[in-house]
Amino acid sequence: MTAVRQTWQVNLRYLRVLGRQPAYLGITLTQPIIWLLLFGALFKAVTEIPGFHGGSYVDFLTPGVVVMLAVSSAGWTGMSFIEDINAGVMDRVLVSPVWRGALNLGSVAYAMITIVIQTALIVLLALALGAHYANGVGGVLILILVAALLGAAFASLSNGIGMLARQRETLIGAVSLVLLPLTFLSSALMQQSLVPGWIRTVSKFNPVNWAVEAGRSAAMQKLDWGLVASRVGLLVVLVVLCAAFATRAFGTYQRSL
Amino acid sequence: MSNDFAIEATELVKTYPPDVRALDGLSLSVQPGTIFGLLGPNGAGKSTTVRILTTLSRPDSGGARVAGIDVLAEPVRIRHAIGVVAQKHGIDPEATGRENLVLQGEFYGITGGDLRRRVGEALERFALADAGDRQAKTYSGGMQRRLDLAMGLIHRPQVLFLDEPTTGLDPEARADLWHEIERLARDELMTILLTTHYLEEADRLASQLAIVDRGRIVVQGTPDALKSELEGDTIQVELVDAQDAAARLALAGVGGVGDAALDGRTLHARARDGAAAIPAVLAALDAHGVKAASVRLARPSLDDVYLRHAGRSFHRADAEHEAVAA
Repeated sequence: MTAVRQTWQVNLRYLRVLGRQPAYLGITLTQPIIWLLLFGALFKAVTEIPGFHGGSYVDFLTPGVVVMLAVSSAGWTGMSFIEDINAGVMDRVLVSPVWRGALNLGSVAYAMITIVIQTALIVLLALALGAHYANGVGGVLILILVAALLGAAFASLSNGIGMLARQRETLIGAVSLVLLPLTFLSSALMQQSLVPGWIRTVSKFNPVNWAVEAGRSAAMQKLDWGLVASRVGLLVVLVVLCAAFATRAFGTYQRSL
Repeated sequence: MSNDFAIEATELVKTYPPDVRALDGLSLSVQPGTIFGLLGPNGAGKSTTVRILTTLSRPDSGGARVAGIDVLAEPVRIRHAIGVVAQKHGIDPEATGRENLVLQGEFYGITGGDLRRRVGEALERFALADAGDRQAKTYSGGMQRRLDLAMGLIHRPQVLFLDEPTTGLDPEARADLWHEIERLARDELMTILLTTHYLEEADRLASQLAIVDRGRIVVQGTPDALKSELEGDTIQVELVDAQDAAARLALAGVGGVGDAALDGRTLHARARDGAAAIPAVLAALDAHGVKAASVRLARPSLDDVYLRHAGRSFHRADAEHEAVAA
């Protein structure tokens, strides 16, 4: 009970910041909007490759951009931990008896909320660009849920890295290093059957690909419940592991003091 | 270890890689209901001591009890019993004063009407009632410090740790805070461990004082006892050149003058009757070819206590630390 209360209070702290500067959400959306417009135009001819069967390229691309957005948005979550460390807030919090898990989960919940809002806006933009959501609102909700789950894992990861590295530069480097390779080693931009075999193999172990596959199946194609359930299951395991890593990072930080 | 002390630390050792020995066997004991001053220059080990006693960090060896609880064995129990106001204040600048206090209370498991009442009282008591719903980043330095203290007290701790609480405050805000700290010890019988590198702050607030240098306590006592240990007056002679050996040799021959020490170009010595000794001191220096630029007479201060026990002046120790850190 205390754990839930404290998680909510931590979450509320971040939500209030967002409430005071809602324009922040708009700024973070410029990048995925550019992806959607740019990649959409750039790779339009992909649909003419023999063997491609994803419908229009906007249909194919939208789940990819939604998932990329979740990764990049969640990647910055650890920044507020680094700010807290630099400002002395973290040390004050850590000498209190607060449950350490709440510090991470409250921040992860906030990341998920922003991702839900951001991805919903991107889904609407794609709709305006002509995307066709084969399974209606339900399918879109699954896409957004899957993106939020992936975001939860990356938010914990970002928090843990922030606690351990304590430097903005390291976190910026980590996010930049990870985002594009994980995207290109998935089916976010290109159909699996059309990529080299080794990429197909690697992408089986790529959480970004799990999310893209599940989200695309749910929102854009014939809904494959088995695929969606298995990928969501994998993502849930990943979320738990990453949260455990982030919670342990508080102890590692304290041992370094 | 007995439970009679509010804070008891035994032989604390803490090293940081590669080979900085921040604490080198530091021991101290604090009586309940008193203000204990830990005085020392930057880098002496004060903050490291506070971090260990408040469960933020762990020593390499040694032990500590606070409010009768073992710091290393039961960190969670300790956290409920202590309040901490650290050197860097831990205020969320984006949140209002009230929001900061509420979150702090929730972290200690205080909720609902009880929390609302305590937050209201805290804002009132620390003269923040009007500013309570403004973001903390709009507060002045003094207001932020008061909010800081209010947050450290929201769960009514038995023992309060104040790490350099007045650093960076203007004189007025400092005087206010001194007042509040004295009140906490006097009216609420709180045990307070205060670190400072302001001699006058330690002199004014602390009933017991320990001087820390290079990770160890070099002397401990009441400020008055420490000062009266240095009987008589302090003579300070500003020399034209730093001539250590010659200056000391000169003073060795002057009756009633002792404890000569050179700190930079300033020669310190103590005399039973300073005014009477000055002519003899100047004559002796002159005879040994040591040129004096100016001479000053002072009542012994904690600065002199520090110089005597740490073997270097306070400001010099501070400067040396900064040179190493740079």
